[in-house]
Amino acid sequence: MSAPRIVYNEGYLDEQTKRVVRRALLKGVAIPGFQVPFASREVPMPRGWGTGGVQVTASIIGPSDTLKVIDQGADDTTNAVSIRHFFEKVAGAASTTLTEQASIIQTRHRIPETPLREHQIMVYQVPIPEPLRFLEPRETETRRLHALEEYGLMYVKLYEDIAKYGHIAKTYDYPVLVNGRYVMAPSPIPSFDNPKMHQNAALQLFGAGREKRIYAIPPYTDVESLGFEDFPFEPQRFDRPCEICGSSGVYLDEVFIDDKGGVMFVCSDTDYCERTATAGERRQTMEKSA
Amino acid sequence: MYVAVKGGEKAIANAHALLAKRGRGEVDAPRIDYAQMRDQMGVLVSRVMAEGSLYDPDLAAKALLQAQGDVLEAVTLLRSYRTTLPRFGLTVAVDTAGLPSERRVSATFKDIPGGQQLGATFDYTHRLLTDELGTPEVPNLEMPPSAAMPRVTDLLGVDALIEADKPAEGWNDPDPGDLTREPTTFPMSRAERLQALNRGDEGFLLSLGYSTQRGFGNNHPFVGEVRVGEVEIEFDAPEIGHAVPIGRIEMTECQMVNQFVGNTEQAPQFTRGYGLVFGRGERKAMSMSLVDRALRSEEFGERIVSPAQDEEFVIAHSDNVQATGFVEHLKLPHYVDFQAELGLIRSLRREFETRHAADARMSAGKDQNGEN
Amino acid sequence: MNNETPLLSVTGAGHRYGDRFGCRDVNFDLWPGEVLAVVGESGSGKSTLLGMLSQRLTLDEGSISYLTTRESSAGREDGTEFELLDLATLSEREVRRLWRTEWGFVHQNAAEGLRMHVSAGGNVGEPLMANGWRNYSKIRSEAEMWLRRVEIPSDRIDDAPATFSGGMRQRVQIARNLVFGPRLVFMDEPTSGLDVSVQARLLDLIRQLVAELGLAVVIVTHDLAVARLISHRTLVMKDGAVIESGLTDRVLDDPQAPYTQLLVSSILQG
Repeated sequence: MSAPRIVYNEGYLDEQTKRVVRRALLKGVAIPGFQVPFASREVPMPRGWGTGGVQVTASIIGPSDTLKVIDQGADDTTNAVSIRHFFEKVAGAASTTLTEQASIIQTRHRIPETPLREHQIMVYQVPIPEPLRFLEPRETETRRLHALEEYGLMYVKLYEDIAKYGHIAKTYDYPVLVNGRYVMAPSPIPSFDNPKMHQNAALQLFGAGREKRIYAIPPYTDVESLGFEDFPFEPQRFDRPCEICGSSGVYLDEVFIDDKGGVMFVCSDTDYCERTATAGERRQTMEKSA
Repeated sequence: MYVAVKGGEKAIANAHALLAKRGRGEVDAPRIDYAQMRDQMGVLVSRVMAEGSLYDPDLAAKALLQAQGDVLEAVTLLRSYRTTLPRFGLTVAVDTAGLPSERRVSATFKDIPGGQQLGATFDYTHRLLTDELGTPEVPNLEMPPSAAMPRVTDLLGVDALIEADKPAEGWNDPDPGDLTREPTTFPMSRAERLQALNRGDEGFLLSLGYSTQRGFGNNHPFVGEVRVGEVEIEFDAPEIGHAVPIGRIEMTECQMVNQFVGNTEQAPQFTRGYGLVFGRGERKAMSMSLVDRALRSEEFGERIVSPAQDEEFVIAHSDNVQATGFVEHLKLPHYVDFQAELGLIRSLRREFETRHAADARMSAGKDQNGEN
Repeated sequence: MNNETPLLSVTGAGHRYGDRFGCRDVNFDLWPGEVLAVVGESGSGKSTLLGMLSQRLTLDEGSISYLTTRESSAGREDGTEFELLDLATLSEREVRRLWRTEWGFVHQNAAEGLRMHVSAGGNVGEPLMANGWRNYSKIRSEAEMWLRRVEIPSDRIDDAPATFSGGMRQRVQIARNLVFGPRLVFMDEPTSGLDVSVQARLLDLIRQLVAELGLAVVIVTHDLAVARLISHRTLVMKDGAVIESGLTDRVLDDPQAPYTQLLVSSILQG
């Protein structure tokens, strides 16, 4: 008996599967914020590590695309590197770390600081697509609540936060209302990033591989973060600039710099930080030489 | 700082080199051949095939070697490969009654047509750890032709003592759907549930099955029959017009006979739980049949009070590829969301302290007033 | 108010468990502001009747119609118009609209009607939020007002019902069911399982609120004293059938059916 040979398809996912995913994406775009069930396939990485995002990206990427992959805002985090290599390997896609140059940006937990433009596509990796999951664990019930547009329970959670803490105590995966109809989980991006989703010029696609759901926000769609009239949604703010590039109004990571608890705050978006810092140095040099 | 720094790419490459080294052991020791793995670790290979949903002992053995013995990693490898394979069509449903059984036991009847057969089993081994594994001679027994080995449930079915395999009339065997190719939503059909249980984690199903025996879901199970053997696979090729045998695979089947149901319209009947897995997977097949029966509570109008009876709970958490992925993803960086939580908890603590300080000032003021 | 049509009209209604009827051939009209008690022993079919009326059990025979109000789009002076609904034909969406806006249900067991680990304020505020209220302070002050009306101290507004006594839980449940201004409230043994003294206070509170708000109520009870205290009319059920009905005082003071006589006398002797 001859030894078994292992052969993979070109591009990993077969065309049939890509079509299935694209159909789900089209339905998602047609009904913004609605979770479309899809037959999520295995991809060669563990569930929960971006298998949904990878299937979405694999289904839309073509030879003319340029891919950027970020995790926690950074291009060089291990999982981002791993996913980027995967696509270089199986799809032969060109990749970049520059937000403007990317036609597809796959992300985990952040939206880049550089504003997105038309014809760009954001692909979000989603762990738990159901915004009501921790209030009502049953899929059969949450589906009914969405269908009947019954979101009282979501507001109970916000009410309880205010009663207990004086404000809404949700800092990431902060629920949004899409196009005035469906309450949606934006994936665990910090609430800082929520306003960027509203009326964004780019197409935003969400893939939850383990939970087998796909959803979407078409370009220029209303995305409202939930809140009360007298306790409106407030994105987190940082009262200091990045200590590397000096940008303010950006999302910062707190990094320990010694063993006595000393910290510095630096940009979470590495691409943005690097380029702002370089531009700053160039300006200084020019000023000096002038 | 394993991620925040530059050099993620290099770190990954180095980690993989180290992993390969750890998996190699002594460089001059021979590598385990996949065929040795396949033949000498048959039970393990069976488990990887069952949970990987792919009957291929060679590939399962290779996956186990590549995964350095990590079963869930091997299952993930096998599944990720399986999902890329082209699908040519469907096979005819396997006829387990026709399989010449290597092992077959029934706990419900002392004697059954075709007889009981212990076969290759760990049952009644003395579980004494030994230095030397022997291979005693297997006597060449004259086996009766195993044509007549009807399933115990079929025998009970003659008098309608047990629910029938399928509804008597007007049943057209609806397409069961395919969990791996179609979107799933709850509630599921029993066929879909069985598919999910079939690829479900052996340990998880074992514990759930066990829980039903301890009163968390009242099953009152009897093993009608467990059988292990090779069954013929026939491929339904439309262009030929009839089914063509394409080979044989080893399977384990369990028919669990359970508590009867009946009402004023229907005479009492035993109910069934069903388990079927690739290879030698007796524990898994039995657990599966217990959980299958527990999940039919609604069908029989039973109270749903225990985890094993809860379809969403069981099915949504039985897949170990999903479970291990999501548990292990916690080691991925989460510092953006953690930073958001840090900001919140700091401001909550500031507010708390301000409030307390104000309260303290007020009560101090009151005390002074009291003295005055 | 529409005075020509009953709020709830039940004709030949029955629900079947397998080949046996849990209750059958039930007929009655309920008018706005009227309190109807359904009394009987356990197994008499009174809970089945309640389940059927409240759309939790299927209507296998007969019909139930309900007079709903809707915001008038044009025309009517008072801004509302009435529409007679055949409950059997309603979609799930319409049934849930009724539960959000016109119907309440007070369960015997508070845990079935409350979120035990959400604060009392959150429990009472939830129906408002479900109806689109989006102002925290208004929701909270409305909840506060209702908790006061059911005699829950205002410093307990942020405590969860899990920490409350049985009587307090029932009062929170009542507040949650009244806060959105329903027209019809179903009550399933709301006072059983409580101490006698607590029962009396709660009944008193229910009677007072029902009168103030002009609610129509269908209350199921095994306790004739409860029926006597708060209902205008009483249905007596036995073996799934209504065996006697009429004004509560008449039924209890001058029972016609031998079974009712037995029930009444057993209370007197007890």
